[in-house]
This record gives sequence, C-alpha cells and structure tokens, in this order.
Amino acid sequence: MAESGKPLIEVVDIEKDYPTGAGVFQALRGVSLSIAAGEFVAIMGASGSGKSTFMNLLGCLDRPTRGSYHLDGKDVSRMTSDQLAALRNREIGFVFQGFNLLPKLTALDNVALPLMYAGMGREARRRQAQATLDRVGLGERSHHTPLQLSGGQQQRVAIARALATRPRIIFADEPTGNLDSETSRQVMGFFSQLNREEGITLVLVTHEADIAAYARRRIRFQDGRVVEDVAIEAAAA
Amino acid sequence: MIIASLFETAWHALTTHRMRSFLTMLGMMIGVAAVILMLAIGQGAQAMVRGAIESMGSNLFIVMSGATTSGGARVAMGSAPSLTFADADAIRDLPDIVAAAPMSPGSAQLIYAGLNWSTSVFGSTPDYAIVRNWPMASGGFFSEADVRSGARVAVIGQVVARELFGDEDPIGKIIRIRQAPFEVIGVLAAKGQSLDGRDQDDLLVVPISSAQQKIFSSSLRNRARFIMAQATSEKTMDAAESAINEVLRNRHRIGVGQEDDFTVRNLTAIAETAASTTRVMSLLLGAIAAISLVVGGIGIMNIMLVSVTERTREIGIRMAIGARRRDVLWQFLIEALTLSLIGCAIGLALGIGGAWLVERLAGLPVAVTPASVLMAVGVSFLIGVFFGFYPARRAAGLDPIEALRSQ
Ligand SMILES: Nc1ncnc2c1ncn2[C@@H]1O[C@H](COP(=O)(O)OP(=O)(O)OP(=O)(O)O)[C@@H](O)[C@H]1O
Ligand SMILES: [Mg+2]
Repeated sequence: MAESGKPLIEVVDIEKDYPTGAGVFQALRGVSLSIAAGEFVAIMGASGSGKSTFMNLLGCLDRPTRGSYHLDGKDVSRMTSDQLAALRNREIGFVFQGFNLLPKLTALDNVALPLMYAGMGREARRRQAQATLDRVGLGERSHHTPLQLSGGQQQRVAIARALATRPRIIFADEPTGNLDSETSRQVMGFFSQLNREEGITLVLVTHEADIAAYARRRIRFQDGRVVEDVAIEAAAA
Repeated sequence: MIIASLFETAWHALTTHRMRSFLTMLGMMIGVAAVILMLAIGQGAQAMVRGAIESMGSNLFIVMSGATTSGGARVAMGSAPSLTFADADAIRDLPDIVAAAPMSPGSAQLIYAGLNWSTSVFGSTPDYAIVRNWPMASGGFFSEADVRSGARVAVIGQVVARELFGDEDPIGKIIRIRQAPFEVIGVLAAKGQSLDGRDQDDLLVVPISSAQQKIFSSSLRNRARFIMAQATSEKTMDAAESAINEVLRNRHRIGVGQEDDFTVRNLTAIAETAASTTRVMSLLLGAIAAISLVVGGIGIMNIMLVSVTERTREIGIRMAIGARRRDVLWQFLIEALTLSLIGCAIGLALGIGGAWLVERLAGLPVAVTPASVLMAVGVSFLIGVFFGFYPARRAAGLDPIEALRSQ
C-alpha cells in the first residue's frame, strides 16, 4: 500500500476525549494509521464508533486530546489556528453529509468562498469557481441558490467548493448519506474519477458496503478503535 | 483583498434582512441627525452672538449717568444726567482711549413724503461712528462743526432708509423729525441684530446738540445720558477703566468714601460672557444628542450579537473552508461598521435637512459646519468599531466543530 516512503497522513495513538455530564467520554481510544498520497480510503463502523470524530481531526477542524498527527510530514498539533485555517483552505477539502452550503449565496458564490479566504481577487475567483462548477457538471446552475437545487446537485456544489482551491486531500463524512442510490452512484463515480485521474487522496466515511466498494482500502472503527484495515480488490467502479 | 470582499459580504448580509438592518440603523440615524441638528442650532446661536459682538464695536465701555445698582445704573427721577459733554472730552483725552461719544438717546417719528416711521434717535458726535466701528454705506457722517453749530443733519440706518425711501437715494433729502426738518447726509452700513435681539439698523443719528435743541427740546443742554468709549486695545481695557473712574471722580468732585454718580461698564466683557454662555449651551445640546448616538451604537451591538448567534453555523462553515479567526472578526466588524456608517449618512441627510427646516420655519439661525459633519462621521465610525468589536470577537472565537454542529 505504501507506494512512497513518507505517508501523507500519519496518526499515532490518537485519542479524543469529550467532557460530558458524567465525566469524560473517550470517543477515540488510540488510533494509529497512515495514509499515503493518492489513496482512496473508506471508513466504516457502527454509529457512535468515532468515525466523524476521527474525520474532524484529520480535517484539522478539531485537535486530538492525545497522540500525534502529521500531515505531509508537518506536526499539526503544533500549528496555530491561522495555520490550521490555511491548511483547511489550501490542502484539504471537506464534504459533509448535510452539504453545509450557505443558503443565501448562489452556487457560484459558495464555490468561490474558499478562494476569497485564499486571497484571490473577485474576478479570478469567479472564473475559477465557474470552471470548478463546470467540472462537477453544474456549470449551468451557477446562479441558483442551494434551495433551487436538488440534493445531488447541492452535494456536487459542495464537492466543487471542496475542490475549488485544488487541494490534495478530500475528506468526506457520509457524502451520500442524504442522497438516493442513483445520485450516490454519480457522486461516487465522480470521486473515483478524481482519485484516479488527478491523484487526489480521498478519505470517506460511509455506512454502506456498496459505497465503500468504490474505495481501495477499508478501515473499520468500533468503540473508538480501528478493528479492521484491509485492501479492497478492484472490482466495482 | 479579503477586506474588500468582506464589504460585499456585509452588504449581502444586511440586504437579506432589510427591515432589521433598517431598524438597527434607525438608532444611528436619529443619533447623528440629533447631533448635527443640535450642533447646527448651537453654532448658529454662537455665530449670531459673535456677529452681534463684532457689530457692537470692540473694546467698548459704556459710562452711564447714575450710581451703580444691581440692575444697572440708577438715575433719580427727574434729575439731570450727571455726565457732560466735557466729561466725554476728558475721557477721550485719556491715553488708553481712542474715542468717546456722549449719547443722548430717545425715539421719534420720522416723516418723509407722506410716509412715517418711528425709530430710535441718538444724539451723538462723530466719535459714535468710531466707537461703534460703523462704516457708511453711502454719504458721510456729520462733523464736529455740525455738532458745534447744531446743524440739522442726520445719518440713518438701513431700516430707516428702506422704510422711508425704498429704492430712492436718501442722500440730500429732507425728513421731518417732530416737525423739525433735517437733511439726510449719510446712510450707515448694515449691522444686523444686537445681542439683545434688537435690529441695530433701525436708528437715526444726529448731532447731540441738534437732538437736544430741536428733537427732544429738553433743558439738559451739554448733558449726556451715557458715554460710549473705546479703548486702544483689549490689553488696555483695565487701565482705561480705572482711568475713566479716576478722571470722572475728579471732575465730579467725589470724595473718598462717597458714592459715584456714574457707572462704568465693560461691554466687551459682558458680551464675552454671553458668548461663552452660548458656547456652553451648544456643547450641552451636542452632548445630549451624543447620548442618543451611543444608544444607537448599543442597538447595533445588540443586533450583531443576535446575528452572530443566528449565524453560528455559517461561521462554522466559513472556518471549515479556510476562514481565519481574523477573517471572521473582520466580517462582523465590517458589518457593524457598514450599519453605523450608512446610518450616519442617512442621519447626516436628516440632520442637515432638519437644520434647513428649523431655519426656514422657526427662523433660528443654524450653521452646519464641516467640523460637525466630520465629527459625526468620526464618532459613528468609532461607535461601529467599539460596539461591533465585542460581537465580532465572539464570532471569531467560536470553535469550528461546535459552530458546524449548531442548528
Ligand atoms: N461534542 C461531543 N460531546 C460529547 N460526546 C460526543 C461529542 N461528539 C461526539 N460525541 C460522542 O462520541 C462518540 C463518537 O461520535 P462520532 O460522531 O464520531 O460517531 P460516528 O462514528 O460518526 O457516528 P455516526 O455513524 O452516527 O455518524 C459518540 O458516542 C458521540 O456520542
Ligand atoms: Mg458521523
């Protein structure tokens, strides 16, 4: 699996505690794994097993309680919040189950938003956002607001937003969770294509085996631990 | 630049909640309008007072016949004024005095070509034009020779010229003052209102001798009700005042411990007091109005806090796609600033319009100065920053994950 010597993502003994009324809840209890550039990984596991918690840590939205996380060789736990923001902006794209688009903005403005935080000028980012929307096949819908789009279309806008700054990694937490099976297939086909043709590293969480089948490696969580980490033979897609 | 884009973002956010934005700005609008209006009224009053002081003549004393009382000078009923023309000459000869004009005031009906007009009549000397600092609009003032000979010549103010002569040139015309014919030889320049609100241009000045003989027909020859005197400069006012006191006490043979039969007043000092009173009043008006500005600022803070709470999820999304804390801070700060500055702009328009209305409808003098406009804009800016900062910092301090999870 490890094509190159240095992994893109490397976590060691990661733990995450959540303070609750009845003391501390350990959502992650020592997770160690590494993911190389260009991999396509599916994370599975029962509800409450810690998948989202783990994804949020990988996506630099949250910090682990203990353990180390190196992204591209850099120690994420030492980074300032500004540095983390820059990572989220340029290196990482995040796709959520609930799309998380800004409802008052058009598809184009949603996709252009990360480019604004990247410091790109108005015209340049509109051009790049339009090109990205074209890539996900929504070029003609760029002036629709999310409410005027179907679920599948909204998720494609969200994917375009994740892709807008040309990140190397995309984290997707149940990206097809709100979509019907036909639309899910389209979205997954697009993800595979991104991984195959552009070498974008993909990590996605799913409950469904046929969605996980698009990936080439499957990691299973249970009670905050990794209980399975296997390669998937290319058969589907 | 991100900041420039954030103005667009702010505009977008504010226009999605038009009614709310408008109501939030209302506080700022009323505050700014009140400040502009109050300052305009205060400064208008100040300008009027300043104008009145300047038109009064500078470094001016008024010496009145009669002893000092709390209300001013007192003259025993029926008694003659204690001051004489010779007293005026003696005061004029003092080193710190430029000019001294004996005054004999009264009023009379003027008649010209069937028109009549009642006005104040002053008998005086050519020094009157000097102490009052009063230039001529046309013609000339009467001379010392006219005073000595009791010539029937008169100098009139703008109001008298307008009322009796209209468009006609008054110079050389004969008017009747209590039946006595006088030739108009000069028209005084316009001065406007005095400190007590009287129209200073509604007067007629004649040689004091002629006034006493032909108009007032009094027995008070060579006596003056009061004397107006001008000191050489502001610095010599005090010395001049004691010199006047001394020379008059000598001339009137008033011994040590005896009461003066005259009163010296420093008119310029009295006027300055009036000026500083108006200054304080206008500051007070401005300060009261400024309180409403602060209230407007609190309104902005309130709505910004609501907005931050409502948009927690949006903040989470923005952070997830790469917004730094300071980007979020700026976003909300700029929103607050936009609110306060637009409110300020509308308030400026309202305030200036209101000032104009006050001037037109209430006839009060108003003055909207660039300084007060600049101040209003500056204060609105500061209020936007001050009251926008706390909500903005709250937004920027949110945890991305928690913000994303909120509904
Ligand atoms: N902020 C929090 N405070 C307390 N406990 C939390 C918090 N977030 C998550 N947890 C707990 O941590 C555990 C793991 O949550 P997580 O969201 O990672 O599960 P998941 O594997 O993504 O589940 P699902 O498949 O339902 O999305 C759960 O038991 C959850 O109750
Ligand atoms: Mg989850």
